[in-house]
Amino acid sequence: MTISLGKDLIGLEHMTPEQIRLILDTAEPFKEVSERPIKKVPALRGKTIVNLFFEASTRTRISFEFAEKRLSADTVNVAATGSSVSKGETLVDTARNLEAMRIDMVVIRHGSSGAAGFLGQRIRSNVINAGDGKHEHPTQALLDLLTIRDKHGKIEGLKVCLVGDVLHSRVARSNIWGLTKLGAHVGVCGPHTLMPRGIEELGVTFFPRIEEAIEWADVLNVLRLQLERMEKGFIPSLREYYRVWGVTPERLERSPRPITIMHPGPMNRGVEIDSRVADGPHSVILDQVTNGVAVRMAVLYLLAGGRPELADAAKRGGAE
Amino acid sequence: MTRPLLLQGGRVIDPSRGFDQTADVLVTDGKIAAVGPSLTAPAGTEVRSVAGKVVAPGLVDVHVHLREPGNEDEETVASGARAAVAGGFTAVCAMPNTDPVTDNQAAVGFIVRQSVRAGLARVYPIGAVSVGQRGEQLAEFGEMVGAGAVAVSDDGRPVASSHLMRTALEYARTFGIPVADHCEDPTLAAGGVMHEGLVAARLGLKGIPAAAEEIMVGRDCLLAGLTGGHVHLCHMSTRGSVELIRRAKEQGIRVTAEVTPHHLTLTDHACEGYDTHAKMNPPLREAADVAALRAALKDGVIDCIASDHAPHAYDEKEAAFDDAPFGIVGLETAFAVAHTELVRGGVLTLPELIARMSTEPAKIFHLPGGTLVVGAPADVVVLDPAAPWTVEPATFHSKCRNTPFTGRALTGRALLTLVAGKTAHDGAGADSTAP
Repeated sequence: MTISLGKDLIGLEHMTPEQIRLILDTAEPFKEVSERPIKKVPALRGKTIVNLFFEASTRTRISFEFAEKRLSADTVNVAATGSSVSKGETLVDTARNLEAMRIDMVVIRHGSSGAAGFLGQRIRSNVINAGDGKHEHPTQALLDLLTIRDKHGKIEGLKVCLVGDVLHSRVARSNIWGLTKLGAHVGVCGPHTLMPRGIEELGVTFFPRIEEAIEWADVLNVLRLQLERMEKGFIPSLREYYRVWGVTPERLERSPRPITIMHPGPMNRGVEIDSRVADGPHSVILDQVTNGVAVRMAVLYLLAGGRPELADAAKRGGAE
Repeated sequence: MTRPLLLQGGRVIDPSRGFDQTADVLVTDGKIAAVGPSLTAPAGTEVRSVAGKVVAPGLVDVHVHLREPGNEDEETVASGARAAVAGGFTAVCAMPNTDPVTDNQAAVGFIVRQSVRAGLARVYPIGAVSVGQRGEQLAEFGEMVGAGAVAVSDDGRPVASSHLMRTALEYARTFGIPVADHCEDPTLAAGGVMHEGLVAARLGLKGIPAAAEEIMVGRDCLLAGLTGGHVHLCHMSTRGSVELIRRAKEQGIRVTAEVTPHHLTLTDHACEGYDTHAKMNPPLREAADVAALRAALKDGVIDCIASDHAPHAYDEKEAAFDDAPFGIVGLETAFAVAHTELVRGGVLTLPELIARMSTEPAKIFHLPGGTLVVGAPADVVVLDPAAPWTVEPATFHSKCRNTPFTGRALTGRALLTLVAGKTAHDGAGADSTAP
C-alpha cells in the first residue's frame, strides 16, 4: 500500500495523519544530505521549479531554494516587485504564463488566503504553498512537527502551546491541524484581540495568561508579533505585550519541567521572546531552520513522484 | 394597440385583496379589464389557457444593480430589464452606485429613458443620498423625485454619518420616499470579506461580525423614530437585526426591511474552498440567522424579498477570495430559489411568497403594480410552480454569470411576463425581445 500526497501541498487541514507521517519519515534520510561536504543528490535532475513569492520572505524562500538545489532541480525565483505582478497582472494570468513555459512545480507565497489552492486548481504543475495569507503555511508546521519529534521522540500526548498572534497566523493554523492530527494536545495563548472567534471549536485550549500556558505546556511555539498589529490597534504597545505575554526566563523557571522553545522566525527579541530564552538550553529554534530544508526536500521529492522507500537510494542517485 | 388577452383557467393569486381562486384574467389596453370565472372575451381577443399555472401580479424587486452608466460590459438597463422579465419581474429599482453616481435629476432621467427605450420591465431609479455617495452633502432629492426617482440610497456603502442619515430621513419626508440604507459599521467591517465565525477562522479570512450590521440597524431605527422618516433596511442578514426591527415596528417606527434569496438559503459554509461566488456584502451568515430571517419573512417583520442583483464580469470573480468583488446576480433565480426553499420547504404559502415578492415591495416603495385589481396596469406574471429546471448560468439573459446556485435543481419559473399588457417574456414560446 502506498500513500500519496496528491498533486499539491496546500495545507494540513485536509491531510491524513498517514500523509503527514510520510513526509516526516521521508525527511529523515534527507537530513544527512545537508551534512555532506558536497550537498547535492540527483533526485530532481531535469525538473524545473519556480519560486513565486508575492510577499517578502528570506528564510522560507532560501530554505526552499536550498532544498531544490540540493535535489538538483533547476530553479527560478520570481518576486512580486520588479515582475509583471507589480504591473497589475492577475494571479490567474501569472499562473497561465508559467504553465505555458512547461514548468514542473511552483512554490508560492501570497498575501491572500486561498491563493495557493486557487493556483493549484488552475495549473497542471505541482503547487506547494509557502504561506497564503492567514490560511496555512504547511511546510513550516511540518518542520515544527519534525523538530518536536526529534526533541521528544514522539508527538502524541505532548502539550504544545502556540503563543501570540494566532488571529493573523498561518503558522498557527497549520500547526493546529498537524499537531491535533498526530495526537498532540494544542493550546493557544495571547490577548483576546489576537484570537480568532470560535478557536476553541477547533479542539484547542485557550490560555488568556502566559503563566497558565507555561504551567500546562511541554512545548511553547512562540509566534512572531508584527509591529503592524500595534498600529492597527490590536494591542496598545509592544512594551505592554512583553510585560504581559513575553516568554521570559523568570516565567519559565516556575514551570515544573523544562519547556522546549520554538519560534518560526524572524524573532522580535524583547517583544514576544526574551533573548535569554531564544538562546537558552531548551531552544530548538535553529534546529527548526535546519529541519526546514530536509522537510522541503521531502515534500518536493514526494510530489515529484518519488517513492518514499527509495528516498535513501535517491540520495545516492538511484531513484530516477 | 395590442390585442386583448384572456388568460384562461389559471389559479389567480392577488395578495393585494386576498384573492386566490381559479379564474380568468382579461387584459385590454394595457390594463386589467376583468378578473373572474368564465369571462367572455371580446372579438379578436387572444385566448391563452393557463390551466394548472398561477396568474399573479408581476414580481417587484426594490434592489438591483444595473451598472449603467459606467460598467455596460457587466449590465445595462436593457439587459437587466431583460433578465428581470425572464425572472418574472415587471418592475425593478436600480441602485445609484453607477459611474458616475446617479445623484442628480439628469442622471435619474437617463435611467428612465434607457428603461423606456428597452421597453421591458419598468426600471425605477433610486437616487443617491449624498452627492457622489461620498457621505457628505445631501443630493437633491426633490429634483431627483421629479425626474422619476422612487427612493434614495447610498447602497454599496453605508451612510456612515448619523447626522447625514438623520437629515436624509427628515428631508425625504417632504417627498414621501424611503431612505434605503446598507447597514454596516465601516470601522467594524473594514477589510472583512465573509461572516466572522468559525469558517472564517479556518479559512484565514477576515470576518465581518454580525454586530457591524446590527449597530447600524439599531441606529437607523432610532433615527427613523426621531425624525418620523421612513427607513428601508437593505439585505438584512442577521438574527440580531430581525430582533431590532421587530422591536422598532412594535414601537410604530416607520421601518421596512428586505432580505435576499441567498441570505434565506445559504450559510457561510458556502465560502468553503474560497468560492468567490459566495462572497457578498452583507456576507452569508449562520444557520440560526437563516432560520430567523425565514421566520421574520413569514411573520412580516421583514417586508419583502429583494435580489440585490449585482453583476460582475467572470474574470473579476476569478481571483483570490480577498481580491474578488462582493455580489451575485439574482434576477433570474430569485423566484425559483425562494419557491423551492420556502414554499416547497414549508415556510411560506405561495400567496405569501407572491405578497413578499410583489404586493409588499410595491407598497413600501409606492410603486404601481403588485395588484390585479381592475383598472391597474397589466403587470402580470404567469408562473409554473411545478416546473423543474437546473440553473445553467450560460442561459441567463443577464450579461453576467456570477451565481452560487450553478447546477442547483429548482422548481418553479416564470412562463409569461406582461408589462402594461405587453408580452415582455414568453418562456413557453419564442422569447420576445423588445419589438
